[in-house]
Amino acid sequence: MDVRKTYKLFVNGEFVRSESGRAYRPDGAVNVPRGSRKDLRDAVRAARTAFAAWSGRTAMNRGQILYRAAEMLDGRGAQFVELLGGGTRARRELDQAVETFVWYAGWTDKLSQVTGTVNPVAGPYFNFTIPEPTGVVAIVAPEDDPLAGLVRRLAPALCGGNTVVALAAESKPLPALTLAEVLATSDLPAGVVNVLSGQRKELLPWLAAHMDVNAIDAAGCTTDEIKAIEESAAGNVKRVIKVDESERSPQLIAAFMELKTVWHPIGV
Amino acid sequence: MAITKKQSEVLAKQVFEYAPAPESIDHVKIQPHYGLFIGGKMVAGHSKKRFPTINPANERELSEVVEADAVDVDRAVKAASKAFDEWSRLSPSRRARYIFRISRLIQERSRELAVVETMDGGKPIKESRDVDIPLSAAHFFYYAGWADKLEWAFPNRKPRPLGVAGQVIPWNFPLLMLAWKIAPALAAGNTVVLKPAETTPLSAMVFAEICMQAELPPGVVNVVTGAGKTGSLVVSHPDVQKVAFTGSTEVGKLIQRAVAGTGKHLTLELGGKAANIVFEDAPLDQAVEGIVNGIYFNQGHVCCAGSRLLVQESIAEPLLEKLKRRLSTLRLGDPLDKNTDIGAINSRAQLEKIQGLVESGLEEGAELYQPECEIPERGFWFPPSLFTNVSQSYRIAREEIFGPVLSVLTFRTPNEAVEKANNTPYGLSAGIWTDKGSRILWMAERMRAGVVWANTFNRFDPTSPFGGYKESGFGREGGVHGLLPYVELN
Amino acid sequence: MATALSLTHLGSLMRGVRSVDEVGADERAASLAKRSIKKSSKLWALDLAIRCMDLTTLEGQDTPGKVAALCAKAVRPKAGDITIPPVAAVCVYPLRIADCVEYLRGSAVRVASVATAFPSGQSFTSIKVAETEQAVRAGAQEIDMVIDRGAFLSGDYQRVYDEVVAVKEACGEAHLKVILETGELGTYDAIRRASILSMAAGADFIKTSTGKVQPAATLPVALVMMETIRDFHRETGRAVGFKAAGGIRTAKQAIAYLVVTYETLGADWMTPERLRLGASTLLNDVLMQIDKERTGAYQSPDYFTID
Repeated sequence: MDVRKTYKLFVNGEFVRSESGRAYRPDGAVNVPRGSRKDLRDAVRAARTAFAAWSGRTAMNRGQILYRAAEMLDGRGAQFVELLGGGTRARRELDQAVETFVWYAGWTDKLSQVTGTVNPVAGPYFNFTIPEPTGVVAIVAPEDDPLAGLVRRLAPALCGGNTVVALAAESKPLPALTLAEVLATSDLPAGVVNVLSGQRKELLPWLAAHMDVNAIDAAGCTTDEIKAIEESAAGNVKRVIKVDESERSPQLIAAFMELKTVWHPIGV
Repeated sequence: MAITKKQSEVLAKQVFEYAPAPESIDHVKIQPHYGLFIGGKMVAGHSKKRFPTINPANERELSEVVEADAVDVDRAVKAASKAFDEWSRLSPSRRARYIFRISRLIQERSRELAVVETMDGGKPIKESRDVDIPLSAAHFFYYAGWADKLEWAFPNRKPRPLGVAGQVIPWNFPLLMLAWKIAPALAAGNTVVLKPAETTPLSAMVFAEICMQAELPPGVVNVVTGAGKTGSLVVSHPDVQKVAFTGSTEVGKLIQRAVAGTGKHLTLELGGKAANIVFEDAPLDQAVEGIVNGIYFNQGHVCCAGSRLLVQESIAEPLLEKLKRRLSTLRLGDPLDKNTDIGAINSRAQLEKIQGLVESGLEEGAELYQPECEIPERGFWFPPSLFTNVSQSYRIAREEIFGPVLSVLTFRTPNEAVEKANNTPYGLSAGIWTDKGSRILWMAERMRAGVVWANTFNRFDPTSPFGGYKESGFGREGGVHGLLPYVELN
Repeated sequence: MATALSLTHLGSLMRGVRSVDEVGADERAASLAKRSIKKSSKLWALDLAIRCMDLTTLEGQDTPGKVAALCAKAVRPKAGDITIPPVAAVCVYPLRIADCVEYLRGSAVRVASVATAFPSGQSFTSIKVAETEQAVRAGAQEIDMVIDRGAFLSGDYQRVYDEVVAVKEACGEAHLKVILETGELGTYDAIRRASILSMAAGADFIKTSTGKVQPAATLPVALVMMETIRDFHRETGRAVGFKAAGGIRTAKQAIAYLVVTYETLGADWMTPERLRLGASTLLNDVLMQIDKERTGAYQSPDYFTID
């Protein structure tokens, strides 16, 4: 008789039950926590608290941690293939997720070299522009590729130094919740990534309206959801990221970033 | 001719304070009324509603413009859509040449534009002459050069224009904001429908003439005048693919809601409540200039104005003494006078808003300092003002006043300065004054703001990206980054 | 009359002097230079420029004849026109003091002399003091000394300070203007330090340049020195004068200095007691501008005496 796993939310580096005490059964068999708006509140608070230290890490350190995530994910490949339904398609999705972590792990210390600029202003000033993380980013995992689709947005967001509150795919939450276990063992500081499972229609409005969330990635959302998100996002001028879900580029990392321009006089 | 010391002082005051040096306006012809610029021509509006635009320095009517209605906006968008096919497929170097032409024409008509800007908006001529107009020309010149180099701006990508850009701009830098909007849009191959601010439509009308002089293909740039309603018609027109707005955060949020679910691309450049932070080792006399430039430039009608002075407690007293002394040398008056530092408040409504917030500051217990200064009888004016004894919780320390009103707060340690500076929903700009290089970088890194001026303030350049964090908006204007909002990458 | 401060650890004090941001100072000066003054006011400003002028000749070839001509010009800048005021002072080398005393007798124009191994200042303190004493005895009412830039730049602030104190003492009743030779100091920070040092040591005026070194007076340098004067006045209550010298050749430049003075130090400094413009060729341009303002026609140098 096997010892079954109890799936939990991942908030502030800990695996916790939903404060609501509720669960739902997306696959029929397994109970999955049905995260509440209070869990979401806690997750955003954890992400906000973790932001300063995470964005303050060296780019190389962030790269190594993302690479570590790739290692850990690959190491538990068999488990993920099974969670993803087995077969070549599942294998391909896993490989894609691993590859995405590896690819973005190598971008952390290159992004500002590619998107940063020194600007030749007409005057005795040194002027440069650098990308900086926008802050707390919400990510909604797509339903069709619940692992690779999530990692495609998670990795670039982390790459730039953001902290994340991710909503697992509602119909297939297990890969995301298991990914949390991978991240928990990848030297990622507590609170940098928080994973919630539950019902999108319950959680999305609160996420989109949360005044302490800086950006929300809507690649995994339906047209109607996007409209609702955009309306609520206006409450704190949230960035709504709609870059195509297949995108893999420094521009996608930049979509989770702000640009800061600094001026200083040049004189003796 | 012996002159006593007393006489000499009196004379000195007269000489240097009240020497009127008005810019001549006889070379400027403002039409009694303007139509709309649609499809390359000035046309009468479908709307028969007109409204006056006045000189805020004397409340005299300068001209009358159309309050464009839905039919007018639709015509403008149709003209822009029609022009898009040809413009976006035009050889990029041709596109560049048109934009270069525009830049040159702005330079050639610079004095005229400066005078129009000052008469219509109330800003001092020295600012429109030395800042607004040259920067507008420079902006077109900069983006003209990008038009045939877009592939180098986005390596490994194929940038494509979006279509028709609907652009709504504010009244504080009318021509400059027009340039910030139109130049990158055209360079990337988009066409434009621009709605200038209700109180400052005239420089956009001169710009329409410049487009005709430049023989810009009809419909590439269209200008519709009007108030908020016209602006919302532009923004919500279904054939507009790109919306760019500069203005208040309040309206920015309305626009973000209005375009929700439409798939339109959006950039917003909104309000601010910037901290200007002065450390005890700062070069004080230059810091004073920076503070003055930060909040009294353009009567404080600047979204990135350094409206909160955070001064280290150990030098608060000498700094404030210097600052107050400097305030007393600011000249308020005729914006057309070359010696004027503080011009007219842009409109009666803005004046009332400033007065209301200053009132709230007094009620909440802050102490107001205003130098003695004569306020002209007609027009809208507000003296340069500073509040001391301000708490972080006062409205004057939190809300954007958009007027010549500075709130002074103190701090003790760098960490406290960071905390106070970032403690606002806005994030457009910040100022840092210190002699210590490593502290500048430490502070700059921690400011949650899109533009950080260290040992300077309120500098602008076409190559330098500008835009906000948080509720100050998103997207950048200026530099290579300013192209991104106007392209789709394949 | 100032009491010389006795300062120990001058070096660390000097390094603690607040810095100046060069770009900010340059920009402020440039913006002040754009101030325009209209016709009616211009005449007054030009008149003030003459009243604040130290008409200067500092050449190896100076003779009694040359000085006589200069003195005549100083007393009556424009022949036959009594509305033009005399200048503040005539400034010469020590050997020409006696000539000045003779030719300026009975006028309000003061006699000023450079001293202290002008222009380099590279000599013995005893000689500088002796030169000053002799100059005063010869009739100089104002002494323009130079600081020892070598000492200043090598960090020997004590030597510079002591020398100014000693020369000030040697001046007696004569006014002491201390020349910083800003063109040799390298940075505005150093100019600010040298200004403070000189004022603390008892200078009645601080002066930009000898006129023998390029760059001489510039508007931002004047601004920095005046801001230091303002701070010193605030701290000590003592009002020190300012003299710009070298390179001021046009009325337009002179007016720019007046504007900076007014904006920085205020109307209290717009008097010959606190403001001087040292120049050799400025006067004629000012006279030409006055005539231009009066007649409306641009003038020719042929109508103005070269003295």
